[in-house]
Amino acid sequence: MSDAAHSIGRAHHFETAEQQYESATLGMWAFIVQEILFFGGLFCGYTVYRNMHIEAFTAGSHHLDIQWGAFNTAVLIGSSLTMALAVRCAQKGQSNSIIGWIIATIVLGFGFLGVKYIEYSHKWHDHLIPNSSFAWTDPEFAHVAPGPIKIFFSFYFVMTGMHALHMVIGVGIMIWMIIKVRRNEINAHYFTPIELSGLYWHFVDIVWIFLFPLLYLIGRHH
Amino acid sequence: MSDHHIVPLKIYFLIFSALLLGTALTVAVAFVDMGFLNTPVALIIALGKASLVILYFMHVKYSHKLVGLYAAAGFFWLIIMLSMTMQDYYTRDWDPPIPFEFLEDGSP
Amino acid sequence: MSAEPNGSEKNYLNETYGLKSWLFTLDHKRIGILYLITITAFFIVGGIFASLVRLELMTPKGDFFEAETYNKLFTMHGVVMIFFFLIPSIPAVLGNFLLPLQLGARDVAFPRLNLLSYYLYTGGGIFALGAIVMGGVDTGWTFYTPYSSTYSNSFVALALVGVFINGFSSILTGVNFIVTIHKMRAPGLTWFRLPLFIWAHYATSLIQVLGTPVVAITLLLVTFERVFHIGIFNPTLGGDPVLMQHLFWFYSHPAVYIMILPGFGVISEVVACFSRKCVFGYSFIAFSSLAIAVLGFLVWGHHMFVAGQSVYAGMVFSFLTFLVSVPSAIKIFNWTFTLYKGSVSLESPMLYVLGFIGLFTIGGLTGLFLATMGLDVHMHDTYFVVAHFHYVMVGGMVMAFLCGLHFWWPKMTGRMYSEPMAKLGVMFIFAGFNLTFLPQFVLGYLGMPRRYHTYPEEWQALNIMSTAGASVLGLGFGLTIIYLVYSLFKGEKATANPFRAKGLEWEAMASPPIAHNFLEIPVVTEEAYAYGPSTHGDSHSAVTEPAKEEEVV
Repeated sequence: MSDAAHSIGRAHHFETAEQQYESATLGMWAFIVQEILFFGGLFCGYTVYRNMHIEAFTAGSHHLDIQWGAFNTAVLIGSSLTMALAVRCAQKGQSNSIIGWIIATIVLGFGFLGVKYIEYSHKWHDHLIPNSSFAWTDPEFAHVAPGPIKIFFSFYFVMTGMHALHMVIGVGIMIWMIIKVRRNEINAHYFTPIELSGLYWHFVDIVWIFLFPLLYLIGRHH
Repeated sequence: MSDHHIVPLKIYFLIFSALLLGTALTVAVAFVDMGFLNTPVALIIALGKASLVILYFMHVKYSHKLVGLYAAAGFFWLIIMLSMTMQDYYTRDWDPPIPFEFLEDGSP
Repeated sequence: MSAEPNGSEKNYLNETYGLKSWLFTLDHKRIGILYLITITAFFIVGGIFASLVRLELMTPKGDFFEAETYNKLFTMHGVVMIFFFLIPSIPAVLGNFLLPLQLGARDVAFPRLNLLSYYLYTGGGIFALGAIVMGGVDTGWTFYTPYSSTYSNSFVALALVGVFINGFSSILTGVNFIVTIHKMRAPGLTWFRLPLFIWAHYATSLIQVLGTPVVAITLLLVTFERVFHIGIFNPTLGGDPVLMQHLFWFYSHPAVYIMILPGFGVISEVVACFSRKCVFGYSFIAFSSLAIAVLGFLVWGHHMFVAGQSVYAGMVFSFLTFLVSVPSAIKIFNWTFTLYKGSVSLESPMLYVLGFIGLFTIGGLTGLFLATMGLDVHMHDTYFVVAHFHYVMVGGMVMAFLCGLHFWWPKMTGRMYSEPMAKLGVMFIFAGFNLTFLPQFVLGYLGMPRRYHTYPEEWQALNIMSTAGASVLGLGFGLTIIYLVYSLFKGEKATANPFRAKGLEWEAMASPPIAHNFLEIPVVTEEAYAYGPSTHGDSHSAVTEPAKEEEVV
């Protein structure tokens, strides 16, 4: 194992590569913890209003397309697999495979975002964007007050929008990782950036794992 | 302790299948009327899926215990926020009615 | 470990020259100095707003300002002081400077993230200053809906963006410190040999990481409500404005512990040094910092007793608030017992310590009054609350900041300030502070509401006292800035350890330190605060054999 291979990316203020790796991982996890609380605020607001206006939330949820939602969930789970495989290739020093799996992750990510675009367009068409032009015209739930339904869609758009924003950032990070691999800045002894990118991507997947049932599957048994 | 443990491919594909299965289960269960249990069941399945991602895809199972502690702390604090907020909303109905008859001029 | 020669040779200040070497520095010490300059500027801005508030309150009628202008004055005072002065203050200045030094490290774990934190802070600050310059915000620093989201005609969104960006500065600093403390300790520096300053910053960083994102998303939601009218907090649509308060205070209560815990850390260091004694009950102080970090997240509803929150939730929050006072009280007892039978010398840092202990105790005890629901019904939104939090924030935190600034000034700048001037400064600040805020307890109890620019005639005397006190306080701060800046040019050159303090930053390097801190990473063999034989059966005493090999967690 050459010294050069070991010394890629080692910053001067760390005594060992081990210390640097552990610090980076711990730092990324600390960042993820704050992301949990960031989205958590939205989940808290959601919980309060779902309890307060269960009929309105049921009405809003029924308007979401389960098939697109489930498809997107599968796409994101698939992208988590491809990301995990990218990290695995990095651990084994297989640079070309890393790029391949990262590209797969990006493609799946774009797939997810594409579906969201379709869903958002439908909402816009149905006047369900929660701004001043919101209008609730569903005959099945005509008896439900529209105000709380608008609140449901506010949470839908802010939560999925914030999630989508994180995905876009994630795709950007993926592209940056491809550049790093192509510049030979990654090898089997130093693949920390790939690992940390993977942690970020998996976290974004986890947020969706909770978003899907909470937004798409309210009161479906009625 | 560093994470140089390379997870076998088989495990990754197993977890992937479990996650897809969990998704199908979530959708299926949503159409079954279980009364008030629908929401807890959906959340438990989601929690299970999240745990699989955290433990295996994010390598927490193979990492230093401190990492797992951090992940757990994040969720624990989320629970604090949710429960302490909801305890307000759940108990708002319990508030005693305002005793208007004790006001000086007697009117609300 | 012998002290290295006096720093007229190369040190972190003169190692490289030029604006770019400062603005793009990765050196934690230079970043600390950058923060010091910017924080002082914001302190002055916040102080100007305070002066204008006190000017208006000299007379019962609204002579100087209209109501809306007055609302903007106290709002901007609060926003600037809390988000752009108090929250960063000690961690960003002293924490950044000292953490690697006290840990025996060459820098924090993520130096580039550290610089990013600084620019997020200044970036957020520019947005906040923008809101001020464009005409101000009048919602109160608490930004309650629906006023902030619907009815206010001021530059709310601009201010919120500034606070949002600044929040990420705080989060990233927290991440940086947590990892630095876990991973960058020198060999032999086990957790229970750490200076209590480090424990305090660890607890603070936990709060920063866990709490700040919640206010970030909350303020984002308020901004969306204001700009896009999404209706989340709009009662006519079924929204609940109190929800915004829940989410806001989930952070903003722990935020007060972000503000005070680092101050506690400073006090521990200085009280030990000027009593020539190990801090009494080291582990109690360490664990009480963690207890405050955890319990502090469970009490936020005490800001909402009369907001529409249920009485039962109020009872829960009230009880937990009483509980959270216990760890702080433990610290006060322990610092007092550190003084007892210590060899106490009354240099200016120690005067700040004594002032802190007295004033924080008053502030803390009056917090218990407010935690009592029955009393809070009468005192909420009165000057009693204003006096309470100024006692803990100014009498506590600002004094702790000045204490730390004075104590470590020789280390950071290589100069000694004028001790007679410093003593004069303490006197002005202590006298001015009490004259400003003690009358406000009385005013609050008598019923004077906060956030109003007029008041009944019979309260004018107390208000005049308060304004007079504010003038003295302002003079004290001004004097402090003057003699500290003066010392940079004319101050006596400092030795490596002018106060004969314990700690790696004093014993293992010159004043100021060299750029990469240590020629060789030290090995720590002593317990913390090994000032001499302990007289209290405390377990800590100077140990000379090296510690067992410990896994760095």
